[in-house]
Amino acid sequence: MIEEQPKTKIEVKDLLERVEKFFKDGFRLTIVTCTKIEGNYELTYSFDKDYSFQSIRMTIPAGKDIPSISGIYWGAFIYENEIHDLFGIKVNGMNVDYKGNLYKTAIKYPFSVDTTKEVDPCQSKQ
Amino acid sequence: MPKQTVIPFGPQHPVLPEPIHLDLVLEDEKVVDVLPSIGYVHRGLEKLVEKREFPEYVYVAERICGICSFIHGLAYVQGVEAIMNIEVPDRAEYLRTIWSEYSRLHSHLLWLGLFADGMGFESLFMNSWRLREKILDVLEETTGGRVIQGTCKVGGVRRDIAGETLDRMIKDLEEMQGELKDVTNVFLKDSAVKHRLKNVGILTKKEAYELGAVGPTARGSGVDIDLRKTGYAAYGKLNFEPVVEAGGDCYSRCSVRVKELFTSIDIIKQAAKKIPDGPIETKITGNPDGEYFSRVEQPRGELVHYVKGNGTRHLARSRVRTPTFTNVPPLVKMLTGCELADVPIIVLSIDPCIGCCER
Repeated sequence: MIEEQPKTKIEVKDLLERVEKFFKDGFRLTIVTCTKIEGNYELTYSFDKDYSFQSIRMTIPAGKDIPSISGIYWGAFIYENEIHDLFGIKVNGMNVDYKGNLYKTAIKYPFSVDTTKEVDPCQSKQ
Repeated sequence: MPKQTVIPFGPQHPVLPEPIHLDLVLEDEKVVDVLPSIGYVHRGLEKLVEKREFPEYVYVAERICGICSFIHGLAYVQGVEAIMNIEVPDRAEYLRTIWSEYSRLHSHLLWLGLFADGMGFESLFMNSWRLREKILDVLEETTGGRVIQGTCKVGGVRRDIAGETLDRMIKDLEEMQGELKDVTNVFLKDSAVKHRLKNVGILTKKEAYELGAVGPTARGSGVDIDLRKTGYAAYGKLNFEPVVEAGGDCYSRCSVRVKELFTSIDIIKQAAKKIPDGPIETKITGNPDGEYFSRVEQPRGELVHYVKGNGTRHLARSRVRTPTFTNVPPLVKMLTGCELADVPIIVLSIDPCIGCCER
């Protein structure tokens, strides 16, 4: 069983308007995903209604801020704080802002660092 | 304005073995505001996808949680299979369903025990865990592992269950149903338990839906969401209805889990009777190139594994959204307005799994 999962590309300026529409149409926020792709960040906001799964996606360069959707979906603060702490993306206007203290990590913004070429300590020969 | 006091709750608390911290703002004994904090055990397992080849990563996915490990493995492999268009043999789909439901039984019985312990009901705690042992024995016998099963793989499963073993499993479950009824009747009918749980930690249907509640937390507030209805694995070929309660309180959330035990037994019985003969795995060639949000129903609710492949042996991204993660904002709403003495039982009522949540 493979679900249909349509994704629509949007610009940052359209984010709040699109999310507001999902909220008004009765969708629930399912997941917010961030992926680092060649120096840019791909942010995907996914929603569900009656098992219909839909996403909007925007790509931003490193260092660019994004607006918070927690004014629309109150519970989004948990996703947004996580994205800030793991990727270093600043989210403006969060209803609950942990100011970088949701996760305590040894490396700052660990998911923004490319470790693919580093030797895996578990698999390196002694 | 009344004097406010901030009481720290957790990350180490006698009732709650999970590392979550709550700053409870109190006016007298009433909680007026809550700030939850997690992050004590963040492991960064998602990042490990860069260091493990995609067939190996299932071992990491299974270790995200020590309770519903099988379902984590299942969600991950279903994501990869969707990207690679792999058709999994029917028998493997039924076996995955059976082990998923055994995981649900063991998780719910574990939770019922902890919940009883949270209420100070020691004998109920021990009886719940006594029954759970029988479920773990079956998991150990059929998969080789009590906690980490390790049977899911991309393209199918690693182990089969013989026909006579399936017959015995059905017989054992039928025998267990009577004992289960005795124990669960205490949760649903005992006046002391009802007094402790009714009208405590209210979450309305609207709040549950808009705040993203999932699983028994959502269904206990009347929100009918159960990802098994999407028909993944063999669920589409079996008859069952999600358990939904309208109360929105701790009692309703408990009631959903209690009734789901019997639904799980029924699903296992149906699956064991309908399971077709045939292979249990299919050969995998190539590498995943594409993306998929794999969604399954864990004992705590909807679990999402986002998998993105780039045509190599290593995935570009694995992202896991666990049910506890999305049940944290609803928990804040439940706690606001409650009495301080009710905080532990309300926190337990969402069945928090912080190890899973932090990945």
